[in-house]
Amino acid sequence: MKKRVVITGLGVVAPNGVGIPAFTHAIKNGISGIRHDTQLKELQFSCQIAGKPQISDALISQYFTELELRGFNSTGILYGVIAGIEAWKNAGLAVENNPEPDWDSGTIFGSGTSGIDKFRESIYKIDDLQTRRLGSTVVAQTMNSGISAYLGGKLGLGNIVTTNSSACSTGTEAIIMAYDRIQSGQAKRILAGSTGDSGPYIWAGFDALRVCSSKYNENPEQGSRPMSASAAGFVPGSGAGALVIEDLETALERGAIIYAEILGGNVNSGGQRGNGSMTAPNSTAVQRCITTALGVSAITANDVDAINGHLTATTKDGLEIENWAKALGRHGADFPYINSLKSLTGHCLSAAGSIESVASVLQLHENFIFGNTNCDDLHPEIVTHIDPSRIPLKTIETSPTIIAKASFGFGDVNACVIFKKFQQ
Amino acid sequence: MNKDELIAKLKTIIKPYTTNTDAYDNLTEETDFINDLNINSANLVDIILDIEEAFDIVIDNPEMERMLDVKSAVEIIETKLASK
Repeated sequence: MKKRVVITGLGVVAPNGVGIPAFTHAIKNGISGIRHDTQLKELQFSCQIAGKPQISDALISQYFTELELRGFNSTGILYGVIAGIEAWKNAGLAVENNPEPDWDSGTIFGSGTSGIDKFRESIYKIDDLQTRRLGSTVVAQTMNSGISAYLGGKLGLGNIVTTNSSACSTGTEAIIMAYDRIQSGQAKRILAGSTGDSGPYIWAGFDALRVCSSKYNENPEQGSRPMSASAAGFVPGSGAGALVIEDLETALERGAIIYAEILGGNVNSGGQRGNGSMTAPNSTAVQRCITTALGVSAITANDVDAINGHLTATTKDGLEIENWAKALGRHGADFPYINSLKSLTGHCLSAAGSIESVASVLQLHENFIFGNTNCDDLHPEIVTHIDPSRIPLKTIETSPTIIAKASFGFGDVNACVIFKKFQQ
Repeated sequence: MNKDELIAKLKTIIKPYTTNTDAYDNLTEETDFINDLNINSANLVDIILDIEEAFDIVIDNPEMERMLDVKSAVEIIETKLASK
């Protein structure tokens, strides 16, 4: 029999809030984490604003030993470890140092790259014939699975310890992979999430593609404009989100707080066929991903109370709304509420899916739908599909039961997960 | 630099890498880096780099492979300093 799967712990390192209390406050009150970025300006990026988590040395020293910080230069691992350990402790789980690993617990913690600043530092040394002086941690910081390896060691995990990677759908995919493993009985508990490095060396490729927001360098908080008529590209972001995903029975046995249930999900790809390409989604695949997720969750389109979209503030937002409307068969005022976190955080790339899933789960647990900022001028294409009332501009108090969360990524990959308010 | 001074200098280099404070406080020439001080074997590479910097010497790979305890480390450093 398939196991029921629930979420028992949350952790987050977001541009607009580090830690669940600060982040919850920020999303409820529309607090932006987009700031002017001097380094991007000096490097003459067209987009000179970004979403970077604000982290103090005092906080870092709570999660890393002095030795671990020697030669440490990986923001992705930094964010992932802080969010991951926060989620673990938030779930009421102890960080123990037992001789035996915890065979029932694992981590699936995604990332797009790892330690890109450490990689850059190393490349300079290598070209300067200093390979023997690189030190011992270059591999651990620059291997893509660095984040899962760090978390696995800190928590003594003995089940799967891996890093998935599927561009901007990475975080949502990690949650679905964790769900699959638990519902099939292969693990009792998975720390799922994703992380993404900060800085010009991770963001430059997008600036070069001319897909970043460049008209708001003097007004950073207005720069990220999902669903807006004046949207002109995404604002690069970074951070990490983490969720402890657990077998319901185990969670109940230990009296854990249950934030939400995961009913199911789906990942697929458009194969870069039809209107899909390396950088654009195949609409048929997007709609199929959503309807399949509903199907495996054994719910109908009408059960969906709210959507947390991918909605990056590029020219594809209108198409995404159209795909949701077609997949659900719901249009105009019949469409569910929809919001995008990216107006407050920017597009956190490989971290986006997990940070946004944390926000979605908080909405179920605390009974609200956070407001969308910077879209009081809705894109005309969007209002041909859905009624403006479905896009709240201010946070509303309501008790959604089911939230659908989707993320889409380069390579024409899609992920959609269905969260439900927990009922015994 | 006499041997005691050299060991004292070596001790400060090793400090951040050890997790066994008892063994560290009672460090002698016989102390083994991995078995006594619980130093992660990968960190031996970092210790070598720190020694090279502190004493302004270069330690080659075969020498590095022998440097598993205080005694061998002291010998190698003394030889290098003498030939400067």
